[in-house]
Amino acid sequence: MIEFHLDDHSGVSPYLQLVRQVRQALRLGLLREGDQLPTVKEVVARLAINPNTVLKAYRELERAGLVAARPGVGTFVTATLTDASLAAHEPLRRDLRRWLAAARRAGLDEESIEALFMTTFQAAAREDIA
Amino acid sequence: MTAVLRAEGLGKRYGKRWALRDCTLDIPAGHVVGLVGPNGAGKTTLLSLACGQLTPSAGSVEVLGGRAGEGPAQLARVGFVAQDTPTYAGLSVAEHLKLGARLNPRWDDALARERVERLGLDPARRAGRLSGGQRAQLALTLGLAKRPELLLLDEPVAALDPLARREFLQSLMEAAVEHELSVVLSSHLVSDVERTCDHLVVLVDSRVQVAGEVEELLATHHRLTGPRRDPRRLPADQHVVSASHTDRQSTFIVRTDAPIHDPAWTVSRPGLEDLVLAYLDRRPETGRWPVLEVER
Amino acid sequence: MIWLAWRQFRAAAAAMFAALAALAAVLAFTGRGLADDYAAGIAACTVRGGGCSAYVQQFFHAHQVPFFALTAIMLVLPALIGLFWGAPLITRELEAGTHRLVWNQSITRTRWLAVRLGLTGLAALAAAGLGSLAVTWWSGPVDQAAAGNHPGFPRMGPLLFDARGVVPLGYAAFAFVLGVAVGMLVRRTLPAMAVTLAVFAAVQAAVPLLVRPHLDTPVHAAPAIAETDVEDLLFPRGGGSLHLVVKPRVPGDPAAWVLSSRIVDASGEEVSGGISVSTSSGPCAPPEHREQAERRGAAPCFAELERLGYRHRLVYHPSDRFWTFQWIETGGYAALTLGLAGFCLWWVRRRLS
Repeated sequence: MIEFHLDDHSGVSPYLQLVRQVRQALRLGLLREGDQLPTVKEVVARLAINPNTVLKAYRELERAGLVAARPGVGTFVTATLTDASLAAHEPLRRDLRRWLAAARRAGLDEESIEALFMTTFQAAAREDIA
Repeated sequence: MTAVLRAEGLGKRYGKRWALRDCTLDIPAGHVVGLVGPNGAGKTTLLSLACGQLTPSAGSVEVLGGRAGEGPAQLARVGFVAQDTPTYAGLSVAEHLKLGARLNPRWDDALARERVERLGLDPARRAGRLSGGQRAQLALTLGLAKRPELLLLDEPVAALDPLARREFLQSLMEAAVEHELSVVLSSHLVSDVERTCDHLVVLVDSRVQVAGEVEELLATHHRLTGPRRDPRRLPADQHVVSASHTDRQSTFIVRTDAPIHDPAWTVSRPGLEDLVLAYLDRRPETGRWPVLEVER
Repeated sequence: MIWLAWRQFRAAAAAMFAALAALAAVLAFTGRGLADDYAAGIAACTVRGGGCSAYVQQFFHAHQVPFFALTAIMLVLPALIGLFWGAPLITRELEAGTHRLVWNQSITRTRWLAVRLGLTGLAALAAAGLGSLAVTWWSGPVDQAAAGNHPGFPRMGPLLFDARGVVPLGYAAFAFVLGVAVGMLVRRTLPAMAVTLAVFAAVQAAVPLLVRPHLDTPVHAAPAIAETDVEDLLFPRGGGSLHLVVKPRVPGDPAAWVLSSRIVDASGEEVSGGISVSTSSGPCAPPEHREQAERRGAAPCFAELERLGYRHRLVYHPSDRFWTFQWIETGGYAALTLGLAGFCLWWVRRRLS
C-alpha cells in the first residue's frame, strides 16, 4: 500500500500528481502486481480532495493498463514499470554524473544547470510531440 | 444528469440593495461545488435561498427538482451547515444528536454516533464548551446524519485553524464519497476549496461572474503576456477577464475555447487561484476590463 | 419537536413552577386558618351587634401586607411571562444563530414555532392559573374585608379584578405571545423585553380605563345620602354652606366598581363646592348651636338634605357582574392572543430570515 501526498504549489494538477506518484512507486518497485491501491474514500479522507480527482487518476491508470478495478473490492496493480528500464538506470546515471561534472567545470552554477536541463528537456518533449 | 441546483434570474433584495441578482445557474448532481467570492458578494444569500431560509425577490430557484424549503420532505433532502456552524450552547453533544433524530425522519443514528466517537467528542459535553473545530464537526454531523441528497455549507472552515480546517474537509470529502452526496460549499478563499471542488461558481458584487467545472475553467483560461496592446484589438472569441498594463507590456487573462496562435504572446495557464482573482479584480461597476490608460 | 421545545424551556419552567408551588404551599397552609378566623370574627361581631366595620378594618389591616404582595405578584406575573418566556423565545435563536440550525432540520418553521408557542403558552396558562387559583382562594376573606375598609378595594375595581379569577390566564397568554411577536420584529432580546413591557403595561392600563367600563351598561342609582357613606362632613362656623364628601361606595354592595360618585341637588345638577343649606340654625347647624333635642348625631341634617332633594348619584358596575366581566375580558384577551399567534406563524414563514 502506498500513501499519497499533494503539493499545492507544484503547478501540477492534483489528479496528475496522483498518477505520477503511482507510476513512480511502480518504477521504484514500491508497488508490485497484485498490490491494492488505497480506496477512493481513504485517499479523500487523507488528502481532503475531491473524490472525482481520485477517480479520474485511477481511470487514467486503468487506461494505461497499470491497474484494474474490482468492483466492491478495490483497485489493484496489474502491471509493473520496473522491468527493462530499471537495468538501464545505472549507466544513464553514470552518464548524467559525467555530464554534470562537465557542466560544473564549464563554470555553470546549480541554477544555470537546472535551467539548461529544463529548457532542453522541454524543447525535446515538444519535438517529440510535433 | 439532474440538476441539484437550478436558478433562473434569481435575485434577493433588502430594501433597495440587491444582495444577489440575475443569478442563473445550473449545477449538476454528483459534484463538490465551490462557491467563491469576497465577503458580502451574496454567497450566504444564494445558499440561504437554496435551502429555503430566504424567499427570492426575483426569479426562481429549484433544488433537487423541488421548490427550495417547501415542506418537510424538501427540507429533509437538503442539509445546511450555516456560517459559524451554530449549535445550541446549552445542549450537550448527545442532545444535539437526539435533536437530529427527533426532527429528521431519515436520521442515521448509527452514522451520527460513529462519527461522534471517531471525532473523540464527549457526548455529555455541552456544545458551548466545544472548540470551534469540534463545533463545526458537530454541525457537519447533524447535516450528514439527516442523510440529505445535497449538503450546503456556508463558509464552514472560515473560522477554523489550519488543522481543524483540514480535518473538517477530510470528513466532508469522505462523507461525500460514502453517501454519494452533492456538496456546495462557499468560501472567500480559493485555497480552501481548490482541492475539494470540481465545480466552481465565482460570485462577485451580488452577481455570478463565472461558473463551470474546474477542469474546463482551467483549460479555457489563458494568461497572455506580450507587448502592450489595447484589449479591444484581441480576437472576438477571446473574452478578456482581466487586463493589466505597464508602459510596454500587457498581461491579459482571457477565456476562449480556441487555441491561441498569435506569436506575439507568451501563453501560460493561470492556476485556479489566479483565475478566480482575475474575476474578483474586475471593475465592479461595469463588470468590464479597466479602460486602457497610460501608467507610469 | 416537543422534546426540543421542552428541552429549551425546562429550566425556565422549573424555576417558575418551583416558585409558584412554594407560594401555593404557603397559601394552602395558611389559607384555611385565615378563612376560619374571618368567619369567627364576623359571627362574633354580628352577635355582639353594632356592626362589623371595626372588625373588618382591623382584619384588613392585620393582613394587608400579604394581601398587597399577592396582588402585586398576580399583576406582575403575566408581565414576567411575556418578558422572560415570550420575548427571548425567538430572539435567543436569532442572536445565537441557532435558528439556522433548527430551521434546516426536516420540520417547517411554522410547525417549529407552533410547537414552541403551544408548549410555552400552555405553561404560561398553567402558571397563571395556578397562581390565580391560590391567590384568589387565599385572599377571599381579605378581599371582603378590603371592600369594607376605607379606602376600599372592591373586587370589581381595577386592582383586584386584574389579580383574581380567570383574567390572569388571559393576560399571561397575551403577554407571552406579545413577547414572541415583539421579539420577532425587534430581533434582539433586551430591546424586545423593553418594548414588550411598555406595550403590555400600556394595554393593561388602557383596558380598565377605556374598555372594561363599557363591557356592560353601568347601573345608575341615586340613593339618599346615608350617614354611613359620608367620608367628611364639616359644619362651617358662622354660617356658610355645608361641606360634605361621600365615599365612592354603593350602599349594600361594597365590592361594586364605582365609575362615578357625586352629590346632586333636586334639579339633578352636581353640587360643587358646598351645599346651600342653613348652617346657622336648624338640623344642619353645628351641633353646639342646635336645640338640645337635636344635638345627637347628624341624622336630622341628612333627613333635611333628603327633604331638600339632595342625593348621592352613583354610576357603577355591581359586584355580581364579576364573573361575567372576567369571562368577557378573558375571551377578549384570548382573541388577541390567537390573533398575535397567527401573525407570528405567518411572519415566521414569510418574513423572518
